[in-house]
Amino acid sequence: MRRGRSALGDRIFAGLARTAGLLILVVLAGVFVFLLIQGLPGLSVDPKEYGQGFDTFWEYVGPLLFGTIFISLLALIIAVPFAVAVALFISHYAPRKLAVPVAYVIDLLAAVPSVVFGLWGGRALSQALKPVINWLGDYLNWIPLFKGPASPNGQTALTAALVLGVMILPIITAISREVFAQTPRLNEEAAIGLGATRWEVIRLAVFPHAKSGVIAGIMLGLGRALGETMAVTMVYSSSPKYMLNIIGDTSPQTIAANIANNYAEASIDKQHVLIAAGLVLFAFTFLVNFIARWAIGRGERKFAR
Amino acid sequence: MTAVLAPSTLAKPRLPRWAPFMVAVAAIAIGGLLGLLLSWGWVAMLIVAGLIYVFGLPAWSRVLEGPRTAADRLMTNVVWGAFVVVCVPLLWLLIMVIQKGAPHITGHFLTTSMRGVFGSMEGGILHAIQGTVVVTVAATIISVPIGLMTAVYLIEYGRGSRLAKVITFLVDVMTGIPSIVAGLFALALLVMFFGPAFRAGIGGAIALALLMTPTVVRSAEEMLRLVPSDLREASYALGVPKWRTIVKVVMPTAIGGIVTGVVLAISRVIGETAPLLVTAGYNDSMNGNLFSGRMTTLPVFIFNQYKTPGATGLGTNAGDPPGYARAWAAALVLIVIVMILNLIARIIGKIFAPKTGR
Repeated sequence: MRRGRSALGDRIFAGLARTAGLLILVVLAGVFVFLLIQGLPGLSVDPKEYGQGFDTFWEYVGPLLFGTIFISLLALIIAVPFAVAVALFISHYAPRKLAVPVAYVIDLLAAVPSVVFGLWGGRALSQALKPVINWLGDYLNWIPLFKGPASPNGQTALTAALVLGVMILPIITAISREVFAQTPRLNEEAAIGLGATRWEVIRLAVFPHAKSGVIAGIMLGLGRALGETMAVTMVYSSSPKYMLNIIGDTSPQTIAANIANNYAEASIDKQHVLIAAGLVLFAFTFLVNFIARWAIGRGERKFAR
Repeated sequence: MTAVLAPSTLAKPRLPRWAPFMVAVAAIAIGGLLGLLLSWGWVAMLIVAGLIYVFGLPAWSRVLEGPRTAADRLMTNVVWGAFVVVCVPLLWLLIMVIQKGAPHITGHFLTTSMRGVFGSMEGGILHAIQGTVVVTVAATIISVPIGLMTAVYLIEYGRGSRLAKVITFLVDVMTGIPSIVAGLFALALLVMFFGPAFRAGIGGAIALALLMTPTVVRSAEEMLRLVPSDLREASYALGVPKWRTIVKVVMPTAIGGIVTGVVLAISRVIGETAPLLVTAGYNDSMNGNLFSGRMTTLPVFIFNQYKTPGATGLGTNAGDPPGYARAWAAALVLIVIVMILNLIARIIGKIFAPKTGR
């Protein structure tokens, strides 16, 4: 009797655990399916729902996808050098006593809610950047990025890219730090034994080993930047257009910001359109994350060998 | 000059020990002087002085010590400089939030809602705090059992199986779902069953649960993996069935780490704005009902006050519109909540540090 009961309990518990695992698969598929069901009608609504004189959904989502990738890449360009440098600082340069608190501080940066970053970007950073933006508009306006005319209130795409850069820095730092720290001790010591300076050790022993890991970290940072809504929505006013100017009054809009700006007064049809745009964003970030995780997995196998 | 050149032996000459200090003084002097002459702000002075230091020391070193040491010194300076620069936004943000938010936090602010508040009336965030608590608790109730059982499956049952590998990979990918997409998913789900205008706290809870689950799975998985298999085998040897072993032996051993992971996951999603904006909407009054009516949470409150700050007052009330002050104060409250959650997670982690049995 007792034996039977425990076998039954075992079966129930194992079943529960398995169900939970399968539920994760179902939910992930469900995200896709529900967005598809609610988004597909958005592909064929009355063209006036798209606004701006766009005739088809793809004409509408094209500039948004461009804006999303454009702003995210700017954020990456700003964040990556600092993220890698700070990761090196923690893993190789900082004195032991300093490295742990610094790692904690960077984690703290990751814990600040995005809406607070948005508030800071929109009210504080934009004020401080005004002179910089004016200077860029005056002297560097031959570069398409800074074509201007410079926005008088500092709330520009450049500001947003800086805020986004700060927001994605912790994740890139965290991953890079881990792969830097995993460099085989013997490789580093061999380099030191050959008389290499610290920088040469890093260049010759650490970087080659960590390359795929750092790239994976960058891809994860990109994934986060692509989907970030608040920093972009709160910092600058945007419109769905192809343009490179990042210091003007309007700049290219991202998919996430477009959703956040329009969800409130959306008609039923517009709601379908927004969900379809969200599906495009989801597919794109899924791809980026997929590649990143694949690169990390490949890296891990390489370490194991 | 002779004092600068170290005696030449077989070794290459090195910069004297006081060289960095000298360069720093020179950099500050030049930066300050240029700043005064050209009437820059102090930020520009600091930047110029920093750049002179970062590149000045390697330049001197290049002349005296050769290119390899110079490159090393340059990179050391660059790495330290990058670290200092990265600290700036964090400190700036914290100082701004405290400076702008703290004066506005009063008993009244914490104990009233925004119902009937107009113009420059103070208003409050009680409804937003209530909404945040309700939605977050609901999200925790949904995500923790699923996340925990998935971790149990991955570690105790499915180890090495194809299904476990697929789940592990998808959980990783799930961490990267943009929060607004999670919100849209919850919206699409609810809209299908309750009509296109349906907005309620439960949608926010579903979206947050979707964002929380991967974090819970990852941390629980790691903690369960730390439980030594000796413990499990000892329990099996006593004739205890597997499920009771998991519930009575494995889980209690790992409980500290699991709770820490859950608290960290909560602190991560409590600041989410976009999914709640889309699903739960905004409301000026108290609403404790998860299943009916719009529900404000703290992040959405901040966003809303920022977007519609209201008109600036006249006379003594001139200056920033009242919404900005409320937004900063609410941001301070939110940051304090997140920091307290992080602290709790750390303390729990310390108390129940994983017992490895050695």
